[in-house]
Amino acid sequence: MTTPVPLRSSPPPGPAGPGRAAHARQRALTAAALVVPFAALYVLFLLYPTLRVLQLSFTDADLTGAGRWTGTHNYARLLSEPTFWTALWNTVLFIVLTAVPNTLIGLGLAMLVLRLRRLKNVVLAAFFLPYVLPVSVVTNVWNWVLDSNFGLFNFVTGSTVTWFQDPVWALPSVAFVTIWWTVGFNILLFIAGLSNISPEIYEAAALDGASGWRLFRSITWPNLWPVTSLILLLQLIAQFKIFDQIYLLTQGGPFDKTLVLLLYAYREGFQQQHGGYASALGVVLMLAIGLVSAVQLALSQRGGRS
Amino acid sequence: MPGTLLTLVTVLLALAWVFPLYWAFVTSIKPENDTVALPPTLWPQTVDFSAYTYIFQNSPVVRWYLNSVGSSLVITALVLLLSMMCAYALSQIDFRGRRWLYGLILAGFMIPFQASLIPLFILVNKLGLVNHMLGLILPQLAAPVAVVIYKQFFDQIPPALGDAARIDGASEVRVLFSIYLPLNWSITFSLAIVTFIAAWNNFLWPFIVMNDTSNLTIPVGITQVQSAYGVAYAKTMATAVTAAVPTILAYLIFQRRVTEGVMASAGLK
Repeated sequence: MTTPVPLRSSPPPGPAGPGRAAHARQRALTAAALVVPFAALYVLFLLYPTLRVLQLSFTDADLTGAGRWTGTHNYARLLSEPTFWTALWNTVLFIVLTAVPNTLIGLGLAMLVLRLRRLKNVVLAAFFLPYVLPVSVVTNVWNWVLDSNFGLFNFVTGSTVTWFQDPVWALPSVAFVTIWWTVGFNILLFIAGLSNISPEIYEAAALDGASGWRLFRSITWPNLWPVTSLILLLQLIAQFKIFDQIYLLTQGGPFDKTLVLLLYAYREGFQQQHGGYASALGVVLMLAIGLVSAVQLALSQRGGRS
Repeated sequence: MPGTLLTLVTVLLALAWVFPLYWAFVTSIKPENDTVALPPTLWPQTVDFSAYTYIFQNSPVVRWYLNSVGSSLVITALVLLLSMMCAYALSQIDFRGRRWLYGLILAGFMIPFQASLIPLFILVNKLGLVNHMLGLILPQLAAPVAVVIYKQFFDQIPPALGDAARIDGASEVRVLFSIYLPLNWSITFSLAIVTFIAAWNNFLWPFIVMNDTSNLTIPVGITQVQSAYGVAYAKTMATAVTAAVPTILAYLIFQRRVTEGVMASAGLK
């Protein structure tokens, strides 16, 4: 007597019925509509140039992209060019002058900030604020503070050094400005890392009589290693690509003392119209960054286990 | 009292850290002659805003400002919209090639766009977009960060929530915007602030792609006037302060959001 009455007219979910294929097609269309706008831009403006830089590096192309195949000529020239080695050396030197100090200072300041109570947010904001400034604002401000004639720094210290034009001081000066500009980011990451270490570990260690430096060495440092290695990796990658500050503060001078890889590529590519040769430099940059990531990944995994 | 001493040291360090910014601001409201007076004064003898009136009248600062505001807002809106759509499909719709596509997008983290600056410029030039707003904007939309962050967020939402709406006949687009988006307002807002600051601060690409003085964005523009003034530090600092105001305000007002966005972008959240 009682026939079940379907409460809903919509087809039951699941793999049944003739609508299944149509349904799948519909789903694929929706997915495509959602994915394609981003994916198209991504392929066109990120992946394609990455492949094209490889190809260009084997040609004598100019800035229009037209050029003949020259095999490994660009790479041979690169290896025999003293300017390339200068740029590579300066880049490595700049990394040493920024990545390690920036990480250590970031950790030190994070620990200082973390123990504050009422002033914590204000102090953290003070350290982080430079990070949100455009690079040209940062360089303008420091050009002024470190001006050799009218700058506040030389006035206070009695120094006469022309910081950004001095063969010895130019690179360290740019490194210093970079640390001032970016350390807030590291402080933020370290604070997150430090807050994740459970207080119980410290309490247990304190019961065992550990304190001060011993606590830091046996508990803070090893537990912080994943964050530390992440920060170091981000630093290394960022500093390999250093361009803006150098271009704005020293233009690579004096006497190429601050010429770095990307600035060299910029000069060759955009000022000399040597697109092929600049592309070879780009490939070197890409390989260097890939290598750094791989080494760092291996290191962080080993560090994580110990 | 070593604790109090440490606090004192920390506060002094923080003050020293922001001092150059204070110094830039103070210089910008001094008459030009006073900026090079010895000894320097920590507060202007006479407060004078003529450096600001000068730069607004004698350089294209206003034009650059509008270029920056326009491009940064468009970039922010499009980055969020396109990334959200793409991430939603990757997370919630079972289509062929989605794992492959996600792998490709993750690989983007390893690719430094700076290394392929030459082919990128050649491409944008061939498209006729050098010196064009589209040439400035489009390449900046191709960043994978927001997609990855959104996908991680969407992955955490229980599928039952979307399924309920789908059974009621809601389209995927509707599910995305009326169910998934409201659940992610918080991260969307944080990402918006961080993306805006990054777009405003971008230097290298605008510097490469925009050649006409009137097309520059403000961070690139202010580097042009500096040399024109010679040693005129009140004017130089006035342009610097002007260029920095939006990001400083955004940061001071939305501090917590910036922190959250930075953490998410660094992969810590």
